[in-house]
Amino acid sequence: MDRVGVIFKRPFSLGLLFLALILLVTIPLYVQPYLVILLTTIFMYIIITVSWTIFSGPTHYISLASAAFFGVGVYTSALLGKSLPLLVVIVAGSLFSFILALFIGLLTLRLRGMYFIIFTFSISELMRNFLLWWETNMTGTVGRWVIMVEHTTVYYIILVIFVMALLTAYLIRRSRFGLALKSIGEQEEAATHIGINATLVKTITFAISAFFMGATGAIMATKWKYIDPRIAFDPLLSFLPVLMAIFGGTGQLFGPVFGAAIFAYLEEILTTKFPYYYMLLFGSILIVVILFLPHGMVGLVQKWRKGGLKRQNANP
Amino acid sequence: MRILEGKMVTKHFGGLAAVHQVDFDINQGEVVGLIGPNGAGKTTLFNLISGSLPTTAGEIRYKGKKITGLKPHQICKKGVARTFQSAKLFAGMTVFENALAASLFGTKRVISVPEAEREAMELLDFVELSPVKTMLAKDLPIANRKRLEVARALATKPDLMMFDEVMAGLNSVEVAQAMELITKIRNQGITIFMIEHVMKAIMSVCDRIVVLHHGRKIAEGTPEEIATSRTVIEVYLGE
Repeated sequence: MDRVGVIFKRPFSLGLLFLALILLVTIPLYVQPYLVILLTTIFMYIIITVSWTIFSGPTHYISLASAAFFGVGVYTSALLGKSLPLLVVIVAGSLFSFILALFIGLLTLRLRGMYFIIFTFSISELMRNFLLWWETNMTGTVGRWVIMVEHTTVYYIILVIFVMALLTAYLIRRSRFGLALKSIGEQEEAATHIGINATLVKTITFAISAFFMGATGAIMATKWKYIDPRIAFDPLLSFLPVLMAIFGGTGQLFGPVFGAAIFAYLEEILTTKFPYYYMLLFGSILIVVILFLPHGMVGLVQKWRKGGLKRQNANP
Repeated sequence: MRILEGKMVTKHFGGLAAVHQVDFDINQGEVVGLIGPNGAGKTTLFNLISGSLPTTAGEIRYKGKKITGLKPHQICKKGVARTFQSAKLFAGMTVFENALAASLFGTKRVISVPEAEREAMELLDFVELSPVKTMLAKDLPIANRKRLEVARALATKPDLMMFDEVMAGLNSVEVAQAMELITKIRNQGITIFMIEHVMKAIMSVCDRIVVLHHGRKIAEGTPEEIATSRTVIEVYLGE
């Protein structure tokens, strides 16, 4: 909590953030469409990772339900996209995910550790397989077309969701709500004994995190044009945020952001440059990070900065 | 005036009667000790009072109102605080944050962050932990961990405080300090219900002692009565 505060208290850092935002807003004006599309994908991963971290970071409840919430957004877009305006569709997708998460939360947040992980994973799988079954047996068509949206519009919407998710994550960390989450993650029984309604706090946070995943799914569906349950509820989308967050470091606000950005970019580079060895290289990098950087990339940067400060003190 | 009373309080784990039809009552301002051999059901009884475990049967009343069936966070807000046998601190948070969280969430009234911060600081002063307030709780030695648990429980502004073996693992100097701390807490008007194995402490601090054995209450009385009770001596020393 304090460390994040430090970053924001400096006017310099605030200015830097503002500059970065201006750059991101104006970027479609002077770069090739390819880069805008690449950035859209990178932001998709960042949002999912940041929202995953909102809940799983402080509480240490590892959720593998990201694909379920993302998929709900995707399907909302596919079903309502033809009859409703885009923004309404996105809000609907977010709300459906939010409600699903509230429901799952009340049902499963009593489970802890491995049981929680397995249950959340099963939820994603259940939804994917149920929809597959439904589409094959009831509607008779697997897969749907989604109304296409122009790629800069998709980019701007993703950017707005990104800013909202980041701001939410920041505000939660800074608030008393964030302290409650952290206490639950540290020692849940003690947390309930100092007056924290753990079930309520966990369920609400879980739903907030699902909200942004649903929004992202709803807008990304319009970029993909065609979706089916395998694309919408891709299990990889449940695992990637976990890896990206660990890669970046879950202790700080920007950890998941950098983790997801570097990860997504690496994926793009490695798949194009080394299509056959990409998974191998990817795995190796991840192993190195987990073994040698327990606090992720951001943890490494912090260590280095602290070291720098010490040297300054020794030689004034 | 009775602050806490239990009627036929029972907890069964399958076939095991961990606590069986125990009656107890604690008056406002008293220090009551709870003793008994290992496995007697002392901590289970605490868990039933604080809401960690649901009761199988019986009723517990706090200030005349039934609290059985309430959740721990609700019971805490009513004014019952507790510590744990093996200190359950927020290990990765600082000493200050541990106390702050309890100040923020422990009372029914919603308090502002600056007010909670001031309260947390006062309590850390009270238990003499303010010099280490920026340390992580996991880096504290055992005596200070116990103190922090006490501070955190006090931060919820209880009227009834339950100590579950706060003196276990402390050396004789630390035990003396802990006894002093308990007296200080009592002088603030807080009622105390404590499980303890350190006999010297329990005999000198308590007004009254309840003895549990195999989940049943076998004796109750002043420290002198308990020290000379034949049943208690038999349970502790064997025939």
